[in-house]
Amino acid sequence: MQVWHRVVAVVVTRIFLGLSLLLVWQFVQTAAAAVLPEDRADVMYHSYNGGGVEVTGPSILLRKSFAKNFSGSYNYYVDNVSSASIDVLSQASPYTEVRKENSVNLDYLHDKTVMSAGFTASRENDYDANTSFFSLTQNMFGDLTTVTLGYSRGSNIVKNNNDPSFEATADMRSYRLSLSQVLTKDLLLGFAYEAIADEGYLNNPYRSVRYVDSSVPAGYAWQPEVYPQTRTSNAAAIRLNYYLPYRASVYGGYRYFDDTWGIGANTYSIGYIQPYGSNWLFDINYRYYNQNNADFYSDLFPYYDAQNFLARDKELSTYSSHQLGIGVTYMFAKNGFGFIKSGSANFYYNYMYFNYEDFRNVLDSTPATVGDEPLYTMSANVLRMFVSLWF
Amino acid sequence: MMQRVVFTVVVLGLLSACSVEPWVKPYERAHLADPIMNPDRDPVSSAYLNHVHDAREGAKGAGLASGGGCGCN
Repeated sequence: MQVWHRVVAVVVTRIFLGLSLLLVWQFVQTAAAAVLPEDRADVMYHSYNGGGVEVTGPSILLRKSFAKNFSGSYNYYVDNVSSASIDVLSQASPYTEVRKENSVNLDYLHDKTVMSAGFTASRENDYDANTSFFSLTQNMFGDLTTVTLGYSRGSNIVKNNNDPSFEATADMRSYRLSLSQVLTKDLLLGFAYEAIADEGYLNNPYRSVRYVDSSVPAGYAWQPEVYPQTRTSNAAAIRLNYYLPYRASVYGGYRYFDDTWGIGANTYSIGYIQPYGSNWLFDINYRYYNQNNADFYSDLFPYYDAQNFLARDKELSTYSSHQLGIGVTYMFAKNGFGFIKSGSANFYYNYMYFNYEDFRNVLDSTPATVGDEPLYTMSANVLRMFVSLWF
Repeated sequence: MMQRVVFTVVVLGLLSACSVEPWVKPYERAHLADPIMNPDRDPVSSAYLNHVHDAREGAKGAGLASGGGCGCN
């Protein structure tokens, strides 16, 4: 497995280097237009409520161009978490915490190339994450094709509020290639591939796995989970956007995922956007996700320390989820108002339903033998309300 | 395998330097420029939904860029 990791890492790095050199060459060769993102400000309130977990908070983005060829952005994001999830209720006590994230981003435009770099710092009382990225975007083939190469690197510090002496690190490297292709005057194709390598302490210090223990009344006991120290994953996604014969659009996408932990996943999505008058947009969409479990996942291990690696995280189990989303956008000040060019007010709602196939609800009071409890299901309501201003 | 990849990359690179006659002319791109055709119309909003998916699903990557943080449990 380790050798395979290295071979993949070397091949990906070489392909990446080759493509980077080509893009730099393109950068020297070509002239004419690419564009920087528009100047805008967004203020959003977000809310997630499901499975006993409530997460709410603001997200504020400010993006402004300067000195002709530069655009900078700043994003402030907060998650106010209140958790009484099934893991928390079965293994610990409900808790609340706050996660704050600050991101800065700089884009530089030169002819047909945009170079971007950014840094994100996320802080919570038991997890610090610093992520930096660099990307190169190039327009080519008469501006019908846009290619982006991106590299990002994350350094995380994992702590444990129940054990002040505990501190571990986890590092992440991501290589990304994406492509946007104009196929016809009504059809747009998007493709993305990303390889991610994680290394370090990758489990959750609070979570445990359960194993059969006939010496206790419950019939099972808990021990801390143990994950491998490395994980390499591959994801490839394709997306099509089609402009209908009247003013409306449909879009659909598929993503394939696999990793060295044995997880394989498929994501399918489809959506429809219908304008109404000149001020309204309505969006309806559906997303289906499924995955199979990690090699070292089990809802119930046969005994203590049953194997080297142990996981009982429901996100590593076999499950599927359905998501239905609706959105409404109202555009205002379309002809400008003061220094504002235009604005929009938006409301998006998503309903998610998760159906776990090998994660059991140990809180269910239905009389059952150990390992025969009903399977867990949960639903979540996700809200996004935001105002955007372009200036 | 590696030679094939390098060959493909080089051929693509050489092709990309050709002056291709765009089959969709600039004046034919009104539909493509319509906001309803932009997959990432509102980056703050799509980054958030991406973050929710990352926290609830084992799969990750090949979506929109997102930062760190745990969002566990």
